[in-house]
Amino acid sequence: MARAAVPGGLTWQPATVAATRAETATARTLVLDVDGWTGHVPGQHVDVRLSAPDGYMAHRSYSISSAPGPDRLEVTVQAVIDGEVSPHLVEVAEPGDHLEIRGPLGGWFVRRPADPRPALLIGGGSGVAPLMSMVRAATTPTRLLYSTRSPSDALFTADLATAQATGDTPVAVTHVYTRVVPSGWPAPPRRLDADILARVAWPRDADVVAFVCGPTGFVETVADLLVDIGYNPSNIRTERFGPTGG
Amino acid sequence: MAVITRGFGGRRRDDADLPPGQYRTDDFPVLSAGPTPRIDLDEWELAVVTETGERSTWSWAEFTALPADEPTVDIHCVTRWSKFGTSWRGVSVDTLLADVETTAEYVVAHSYGGYTTNIPLEGLLDGQAWVAYEFDGEPLAPVHGGPARLLVPHLYFWKSAKWLRALELRLDDEPGFWETAGYHNDGDPWREQRYLED
Repeated sequence: MARAAVPGGLTWQPATVAATRAETATARTLVLDVDGWTGHVPGQHVDVRLSAPDGYMAHRSYSISSAPGPDRLEVTVQAVIDGEVSPHLVEVAEPGDHLEIRGPLGGWFVRRPADPRPALLIGGGSGVAPLMSMVRAATTPTRLLYSTRSPSDALFTADLATAQATGDTPVAVTHVYTRVVPSGWPAPPRRLDADILARVAWPRDADVVAFVCGPTGFVETVADLLVDIGYNPSNIRTERFGPTGG
Repeated sequence: MAVITRGFGGRRRDDADLPPGQYRTDDFPVLSAGPTPRIDLDEWELAVVTETGERSTWSWAEFTALPADEPTVDIHCVTRWSKFGTSWRGVSVDTLLADVETTAEYVVAHSYGGYTTNIPLEGLLDGQAWVAYEFDGEPLAPVHGGPARLLVPHLYFWKSAKWLRALELRLDDEPGFWETAGYHNDGDPWREQRYLED
């Protein structure tokens, strides 16, 4: 397996909320200003630390959803019912607020710019967040297969349409809706299955790297399907967003 | 001085058993780097390999016939969840090494699927570690490392290699998969050894 170090950045750094953007009714992107932030590799995450006035702290990890760049990054947070940190970030945080971050972190579920291979990105629900960073930074042929329950659960809808049409490296985006489809959609709701994969995925994996991110059941199903259609397990990278990310 | 986050109160939990930076969950989240290997029990084999190359191996029938323990332990994932009171059945590493001659100080755990992780041998002995094959009274599910995984509850859970294939005894320390990808070499949750520089 590939070996790669986490680039530095392991001290806690102050961050300021510069802006927020609603993505869905329960998910929001926070734009964070961080002095001296030198960027990240698409797929990496940051640890976020919130401190209460009495010194109590809570930490969670969130994927970076923006393209790499200096002094600024974006995380996209899905509010978890009864969560401790995510409801604060989705419902309470506003521009000017302060928090701390540590990172960028993670050296495995990453899409390095120098990697010449095409990328197959498969996301379920909020698992699309790290894939969005890969989409925004795509320099090789990239296909995104994105499964949500309904159109109103889909993150980054407008940005994905833009990436599809006008990105420097156009990204082919395919939506799959498991419960509710948009009006005029040519097919009934369905789960991501071998037929859809066979249609969207490159048929052989020799030169393709696949990134799969979502809830555990989704990732298990998709990774197994990819192995079934001939992908080498060593070319399939997985990351899971469980219900405990709160 | 800490940066105070406006409007954040948090949920204080008076959990003396919670290592620093962890929060408690009742789920059993899954984390792994790639697809779940599926291993046929007829082909499954566990090996202990010494620093001189001596191999001891167990088939599934031989392994599950060994004396087993039923530890109930707390587990701690580097991604900050901790799960209390998990119940397992498995063979103590002490039992697997009882007849093995070694002067090794380090172990590399090897998994079906290619994953590796390193642990000092003394961190696996004296009732601190098991090769577990049941969870909550049921066969260990593939997604959680079945048929059998290492269980080292006193270290972050990435040290508890899923789909265990072999324990390699070594004279020198060789960092494994996550240890060479920026994570701490030791992984003690109570000392919050998450990343390389912690």
